[in-house]
Amino acid sequence: MIAEQTTTGLLDVELIRKQFPILHQHVNGNPLIYLDNAATSQKPLAVIDAIDDYYERYNSNIHRGAHHLAQLATEAYENARKTVAQHINAEEREINFVRGTTEAVNLVASSYGRKFVGAGDEIIISGLEHHSNIVPWQMLCEEKGAVLKVIPVNEAGEIIFESYLKLLSPKTKIVSIAYISNALGTINPAKEVIAEAHKVGAVVFIDGAQALPHKKVDVKELDCDFLGFSGHKVFASTGIGILYGKAALLEQMPPYMGGGEMIKTVTFEKTTYNELPYKFEAGTPNIEGGIALGAAINFISEIGLHKIEQYEHQLLKYGTEKLLEIEELKIVGTSANKSSVLSFLVKDIHPYDLGVLLNEQGIAIRTGHHCCQPLMDRFGIEGTCRASLAFYNTHHEIDSLAKAIKKAVTILK
Amino acid sequence: MTKPISETEDEIVEEFGLFDDQMDKYEYIIDLGKKLNPLDARYMTDDYLVKGCQSKVWLHAYKDGDLVFFEADSNSSITKGIIAILIRVLSGQPAKEIINNPLAFIDRINLRSHLSSQRSNGLTAMIQRIKTYAGAFTE
Repeated sequence: MIAEQTTTGLLDVELIRKQFPILHQHVNGNPLIYLDNAATSQKPLAVIDAIDDYYERYNSNIHRGAHHLAQLATEAYENARKTVAQHINAEEREINFVRGTTEAVNLVASSYGRKFVGAGDEIIISGLEHHSNIVPWQMLCEEKGAVLKVIPVNEAGEIIFESYLKLLSPKTKIVSIAYISNALGTINPAKEVIAEAHKVGAVVFIDGAQALPHKKVDVKELDCDFLGFSGHKVFASTGIGILYGKAALLEQMPPYMGGGEMIKTVTFEKTTYNELPYKFEAGTPNIEGGIALGAAINFISEIGLHKIEQYEHQLLKYGTEKLLEIEELKIVGTSANKSSVLSFLVKDIHPYDLGVLLNEQGIAIRTGHHCCQPLMDRFGIEGTCRASLAFYNTHHEIDSLAKAIKKAVTILK
Repeated sequence: MTKPISETEDEIVEEFGLFDDQMDKYEYIIDLGKKLNPLDARYMTDDYLVKGCQSKVWLHAYKDGDLVFFEADSNSSITKGIIAILIRVLSGQPAKEIINNPLAFIDRINLRSHLSSQRSNGLTAMIQRIKTYAGAFTE
């Protein structure tokens, strides 16, 4: 039974788990079960070692130094860019290192938005969005006198496509949606959303924060204009992320921040800006983060995103069945097209109470609004309990989760 | 005659000492919450909300003679239990006692390490609000 649960034929999960040292510990006397992957993922040895190696062997500032260490660091950093580019099927100059998805959205809103959005123009987002994909657009709309339109969400937690079509018009300048909802796990029909936006001449930003860890994302196939994602959710470190943009768009955009790296020549009269991608990379970047991200992407690529996706789908299906066996447990977000997120409520139990009692049993989940207050309002709830799975989670851990919820519910009754 | 704060604290420490298992401790906290006197619905408004908790806590205070009394409710069972413990210790005490008490029992029952590290439960916010109320009654 154990063998079947840990080795599904798709992935050797036991072997994978050995690559994640943090998973092998006890919390409150119980083996740690980490189910908060949508908040941040754990790091494999390949990533930890890459960071160690950088500091132990070749820490140096990049792009400028003529010396040996600077060359090694520059090469490693630019190799990481190449890895990311290949991974999402983009050109290297279209890959901008940023701090994370939040910065990617802000960069596009500030740079592209300020230049191309005017009074009376419209920006469309969806009711599923994370605050990071709401607030920067609100700020832009406020500044420009533009209007923010929101695609409504149905009971299953899916965007209502017909409503989206009705919102689109020649006034639409930008559409910005999550590929996968962080709170519910819904996978949005990104390709269709993008195709329709293009028909009215709008550009599309895809928030890929929750997509990159779970599925293969091909920017050419999607035909998205921008894609943002965060390193730390895709098994690399915090403070690093990617903004992909079509080169033709990035070329037209003014720099986001001024400083070193992003300039070609500086005089007090006139500064000329560097070429892509350096135009948007002012200052010394997060070098170790970039290298870690490259290592993380190589790590998941070697395992295979398709295998990861299939395995997580099995886990999600198993988890959904197991949780629904619990009396009065309701899953919030029931789309047939979901990533490995189980957002749930039990009776009228406050999510926080359940979260505390699961923590006491060694299980890490997230409780609250998941930075999606408008989405929670849509469902008339304050928040949910969210178990978000990664490919290192097991069927056995799902069993433990179900058991722990039952125990907590008994106490909370 | 009001029981001194230290006496109630000792009682609570003794009660919590009966539990080895942390889950049992929580069960006891939740039970204490269930026994809390109900808060009048008119105090369950935003004006009485304690900010800084993931769950909602409504706290009302009033003065009777020289003593300050507290009533509260929460939509979280654990938070309600915690506020019940604070009320048991501090309600019905003179304002000055409430303000100056370091609430040492919280560390003695190992409540802080398990609860206060999670900012979301707002233990600190609840204590702060209680002391603010008491402070207002001394003026």
